[in-house]
Amino acid sequence: MTSDAKNRRGQTSSVQRSISLLIKGGHVVDPRARIDAPMDVLLKDGHVTEIAPPNKIKGNADEKFDARGLIVAPGFIDLHVHLREPGQAHKETIATGTAAAAAGGFTSVCTMPNTVPIVDSVDWIEWLRQPERGAMINVFPIAAATRASKGATLTDFRALQSAGAIAVTDDGKPILDDSIMRDALVLGGDLNFPVVQHAEDTRMTENCSMHAGARSFRLGLRGMTAAAEASIVERDVHLAMQIPNARLHVAHLSTADALKSVRRGKRAKARVTLEVTPHHFALTDEDMPDYDSNYKMNPPLRSASDLEAILVALADGTVDAIATDHAPHAVHEKEMEFERAAFGITGLETALALAITKLHREKRIPLSRIVELFTAGPAHCFDLRGRGSLVRGSIADVTVFDPKKRWTFDVSKSRSKSKNTPFDGWQLTGKAVATIVGGKIVYRA
Amino acid sequence: MNPARGSLLGIEYLEAAEILKILKFARRMNPDKPRPLLKGKRVLLLFYESSTRTRSSFEIAAKSLGAHTVFIQSSGSSIEKGESLLDTGYTARALGADVIVIRHPNAGAPYLMAQHIDVPIINAGDGLHEHPSQALLDAYTILRNKKSFEGLQVAIVGDIFHSRVARSACHLLSKFGVKIILCGPPELVPDVANTLAPEVRVTRHIEDALRGTSVLMLLRVQTERLSGLKIDLSEYIARYQMTAERLKLAIKDCIVMHPGPIIRGLELTSEVADGAQARILEEVRNGVPVRMAILARAMGKMH
Repeated sequence: MTSDAKNRRGQTSSVQRSISLLIKGGHVVDPRARIDAPMDVLLKDGHVTEIAPPNKIKGNADEKFDARGLIVAPGFIDLHVHLREPGQAHKETIATGTAAAAAGGFTSVCTMPNTVPIVDSVDWIEWLRQPERGAMINVFPIAAATRASKGATLTDFRALQSAGAIAVTDDGKPILDDSIMRDALVLGGDLNFPVVQHAEDTRMTENCSMHAGARSFRLGLRGMTAAAEASIVERDVHLAMQIPNARLHVAHLSTADALKSVRRGKRAKARVTLEVTPHHFALTDEDMPDYDSNYKMNPPLRSASDLEAILVALADGTVDAIATDHAPHAVHEKEMEFERAAFGITGLETALALAITKLHREKRIPLSRIVELFTAGPAHCFDLRGRGSLVRGSIADVTVFDPKKRWTFDVSKSRSKSKNTPFDGWQLTGKAVATIVGGKIVYRA
Repeated sequence: MNPARGSLLGIEYLEAAEILKILKFARRMNPDKPRPLLKGKRVLLLFYESSTRTRSSFEIAAKSLGAHTVFIQSSGSSIEKGESLLDTGYTARALGADVIVIRHPNAGAPYLMAQHIDVPIINAGDGLHEHPSQALLDAYTILRNKKSFEGLQVAIVGDIFHSRVARSACHLLSKFGVKIILCGPPELVPDVANTLAPEVRVTRHIEDALRGTSVLMLLRVQTERLSGLKIDLSEYIARYQMTAERLKLAIKDCIVMHPGPIIRGLELTSEVADGAQARILEEVRNGVPVRMAILARAMGKMH
């Protein structure tokens, strides 16, 4: 393995390493370091060089950031985004997607390989990491698990990992074949490489466009059953429990039944992690205005009881990460017959606010737990070393946010190229104030 | 954008009073005595799915009101070349359509049209969702035979899941307090069907469905829409086919309805289809005055 791969460094835009930045007067929330106190943080040469109680850091910094009244957290990590390059730049580019991510407080995003073509080769991993892509924040590519994501032949995990891929997945085209999934987990286990699964038995969801329930029946839409998700999660967790060192990451879990399987795997000490999206903790299938394709995504919005189960798992520590599944689409791909409209919604700029509004303010989940779900949790899922904490020596990725800021999301001002969101016009609380990547402020509200 | 006034997208959000108004107006409509309420108007029939009775019924209704009709079907048109639904709608508007009647295989397609195009949109059947003009003509037929909805029990037997007719009928009848029994195997009548509207109940037993029933609606098994679902047709026939023998379980003057097309020997026997209780052809006849009323309403002429 090359030293580059060991560091697993993402693509960072020209970091000015000589400049030091002192974040002063803020309240640091760093769950992994068990810090929840007023602290100053000094960033220098791309790293956290000091973290100390107020006014204890001596010496002059080149730049100071006044963080009074704000939360200073490790840089937020989104494990699941679609930035659409290569091949679908009309939906989003790495430049526009990372700009939206920065505005949402994210310092790192992990990109899905279901592009055109599929990112299943070292060449494309390298292409994604080139400075010409114009990334504003760290981009960690996830590679396809099978060639062209056809589910038949595994990709070259070792080479992809060395080139900088941080995980593998056939997102959107789940691996249904038991033996291929077993092989992927065995090889991934040998390489300490997470296999990410979009759990959906697509044989059960043909022509389906929303959750199977009373709502889909009334609208005359074929529904995806909870069982179509739960059966795949059940099988995958079962495999992960059998295969030594296997690492399974369950993407965008949406059903109570699938959660039961994950809980069992975790109790058995299998290396199973999971992410949940903001829309799955903020909305149910009943919230969709009739045939509004901005509420169409996969997995679909589920029932109220699924949402309740997810809230419990977010609170009790079972969920490892909040991930957006940011899935931009052009207007003409959404403004069509509901059953034919593309799956997916954008989410980078609303994730933090939805977490604070729905989880912290409405459900009283502590702010430190929310920060964990955006930082230490996701860093742990994909082994992003040096990230997810602000202890001395960490990479200088920092998210500064105002947990009390009330604002209205206006999608026309979104930095994403696409505007497909159900949250336009929502009154939310909590907003990123500054996003710092490698010691450099890349976004400032 | 809100749907244009006079649109008929579904029964679910239509008020009972409005339904009665349409049915009352339909009674004054007669295709044999044309009334030029829509003289000079253009009614565009946009059909993305094959249809015999609904299409010709709307066409006769429009012409009986003095309107011109333009028929566009998906095959052999720009739709086949990949034009989007909305672009076809904008084109129809530009051609001077005053009303668009749309039949589409996808649920909600008329809603999408109505949100973007400022002419009245009439849903002539959208996917598995609704078929409001059929529900209105069925209600019209029921009232011609039963005087009022009061105390009625209606059984709908067959492929409820794939039926937009059943969904619209449930919404309509439920608004008038009619007891509705849905009957069929779980693949075709999922338990969740009883959440469709108040007064709706699901049963697996034909005897249970027929007892006390005064209006029986039969549905075709839509084998073309089953999409992987396996139905044992011989078992369906054994358990649910309407025979003269079974029909005796319903109340004496129970009428038998069917939106068509009927498949003799499957959901019903010829004896029932041609029997004295059948109102299947009356439904077809009633479709014209009801659709005349729907079109008159669309143009603000229902008074």
